[in-house]
This record gives sequence, C-alpha cells and structure tokens, in this order.
Amino acid sequence: MAELNQDSGKGDKGGKVRAKKAGGKVDLTAMVDLAFLLITFFMLTTSLNKPQAMDVAMPDKNKIDANDNLEIADNRSITLLLGSDNKISWYYGQLSNPIYPPTTVAYGKDGIRQVLLRMQKEVPARAGGKDLIVVIRPSEKSVQRNLVDILDEMKIVDVKRYMISKINNDEIELLKREGLFND
Amino acid sequence: MGKAKVKRASTSIDMTAMCDVSFLLLTFFVLTATARQPEVLVVDTPASTTPDKLPDDNVGIISVAKGKIFFGVKNPNVREITLKNMSQKYNIAFSAEDYEKFKQLDEFGVPIKNLRQLLSLPNEQRKEEIQPGIPVDSTETASNELYSWVQEARKATIEFNRSREGERDFVDPGPMKVAIKADAEEKYPTVNLIIETLRNQKQNKFSFVTGLRAEQ
Repeated sequence: MAELNQDSGKGDKGGKVRAKKAGGKVDLTAMVDLAFLLITFFMLTTSLNKPQAMDVAMPDKNKIDANDNLEIADNRSITLLLGSDNKISWYYGQLSNPIYPPTTVAYGKDGIRQVLLRMQKEVPARAGGKDLIVVIRPSEKSVQRNLVDILDEMKIVDVKRYMISKINNDEIELLKREGLFND
Repeated sequence: MGKAKVKRASTSIDMTAMCDVSFLLLTFFVLTATARQPEVLVVDTPASTTPDKLPDDNVGIISVAKGKIFFGVKNPNVREITLKNMSQKYNIAFSAEDYEKFKQLDEFGVPIKNLRQLLSLPNEQRKEEIQPGIPVDSTETASNELYSWVQEARKATIEFNRSREGERDFVDPGPMKVAIKADAEEKYPTVNLIIETLRNQKQNKFSFVTGLRAEQ
C-alpha cells in the first residue's frame, strides 16, 4: 500500500539529468484510522466520566422543638417505609388507622411506580383536587441505593410534594413483622 | 495504431487534510481530558436518571463507603484557606510545606490531629486502609469534625470568591455546593448522620452523586 518514491540510485553521469520529483505520497489511511479511534475514545471518556448530581432539599431544622411535626391531611399522604432486601412497605393515611393497610412492593417500574401512578390519580379524587404527598422513611436497614432509587422514582412519576423524614418505632415494628428488617 | 490502454482508475484519496483535522481534534480532546487521579476511597455509586451533572468547581464532596467518611474540596485555593481556618479552630499548626501538600490532596479521611502525619507520607502510601475516616457524630461541637470541615470550606469559598471580585471576567459562582457520594450498599444511618450534620448548619440543599442510567 505505502508508495514511497524511492531514489533510483542512478548516478548522474551520462544520460539526461531528471528533475527529481519532490515529496512522496504516503498512505495515510491507517494513521487516520488510528487518529479517529483515539478521538472517539477521548470524546467518550471526557463526557461519560462526569457523574450525575441528584439535588435534594431538606426542610429547615427546628432545633428548639424536635417534635415539631407538620400536620398533613391523612387522605393526601402515602408513606413509604424503605426496608431491607430492596423492598418497600407502603400505606395510605395514618398507620394506626390506614385507608390502605401496609403492603410490600419492590422497587422499579413494575413495583412502586405502579403504586405511585395509581395514587397520583386516586388522591386528587379523594382529597378534593389536592395532589399527592409522599413521605419517604428510610429504615436503618435500607441502603443508599434504595434512597436514590426512590428519589429517582419521584422524578420519573413527577410527584411534586415529597419529603424524607425519620422513621418511628411503630413503623420499625411493622417492618419487623413484614420481615423487612434483616441485615 | 497503438494499442488501446486500459485506463486504471486511481483508488487512493488524498488523506492529508483528513489526517490534519483528526489529529487536531485528537490534540484538543487529549488536552481537555482531565487526568483523573485514582480515588483513594473507591465508591460505587448507585445509578439514577437525573440529567444534571456534578459541577467541576465550587463543590465539596463527602464520600462514604464501608462506613468511612472522606471529604474533599475541588478548588485547591479554597482547600488552603479551609485548612488555615481549621488549623485555627483546632489549634493545630501546619507548615508551609503541609499547606502545599494539602493543596494537592483531592480527598482525605483522617481526624485532623492525624492530618500532618498523612501529609508527610508520599502520595502512593496514602492508602484507604490507613485512613479511618473523618469523625462524625450528631452534635455541632468540635468532636464532629465533618461539621467543621464543611463549615470552614463554605466560609473559605466565600472568602476566596470575595478576594477574586476585582478580577476581570469574574462571575461569582455563589456559595459552595455540597455533594454526598455514597456507596450503593452503604446503610442509611451513616448517610443520615451526614444529612443531619449538613442540616444543622442550614445546608439544606445538597446533591447525591450518582451514575447514569437510561430511563426504563
């Protein structure tokens, strides 16, 4: 392939003096191939390297009164208890008197997303047009992936109001009963 | 009559220009690619569908894995001011050489009383095994060193931005952002401690660092 003009090596005694052709042609195909391969590599690594940042906002902390809990309407809120083994236990209303009793679901589009989509339609019908509030309560047996997954789910389903709050003892008991409090 | 010559079609294309362009692009990408140092604490972040990217500058990152907490500020100049403030707060003196080394340190996970010792080690010996993590608890006192580090880094960012106000083309990037880079398998109590530490100093907004996942 490479066509370098070779010097003929003939001396110039006798015969016509030929004008030497300047510059040979080098086949650059392989070089271009390599260059493009490297370009592709660097392009992909520079943009894919950057991690994503998921923004989270927490409410202001009331340091004077730790038990200052905001009252929210029972028929607007569903509570998600993040348990172990990548499972969620959720209920609608208050735990002592739930509108829907606690049910265990998995993460992902066939699990919690269906619940959220259904409740997003159902809650405004029950609460007179007011939208759904989701309370996320991670237990100490849940892992970071669960929290990120559920926050991501909020974005996908487009739940406007949600919050991360502290789990209480009754809810831990509930998770234990449902077998979602394992190490 | 001479023989009819079969005309050979030339198959070679002049690649010179293409080669020039591709190498120009290659040079550009090589130079813009930031050489990433291997992170001391290996964190396998969970994936999310969030489109926002983590900023390159003006951010402090708290890394969590295996129950250990590491902290790092992106901007080397802010790092230096942060260490100055911390040295005053905890009454630990650092030499000029220490400051220089701290400016190069991307992240660390030692109590402040062991920081000089860490800085005296060469780069390749600052392994994860010898760094126990930054002490953190639920208080707002000096024993919660993460609280102090984040607070001093935020103050240092403001100080640094203020010192650059006179410069041309300077756009104030605003207060420092805080990102939590937690391992996917990290249990919630550790993450909760960090969140509470941030909330205690009214840093109610922060980010979780995640990988990218295609929307399902």
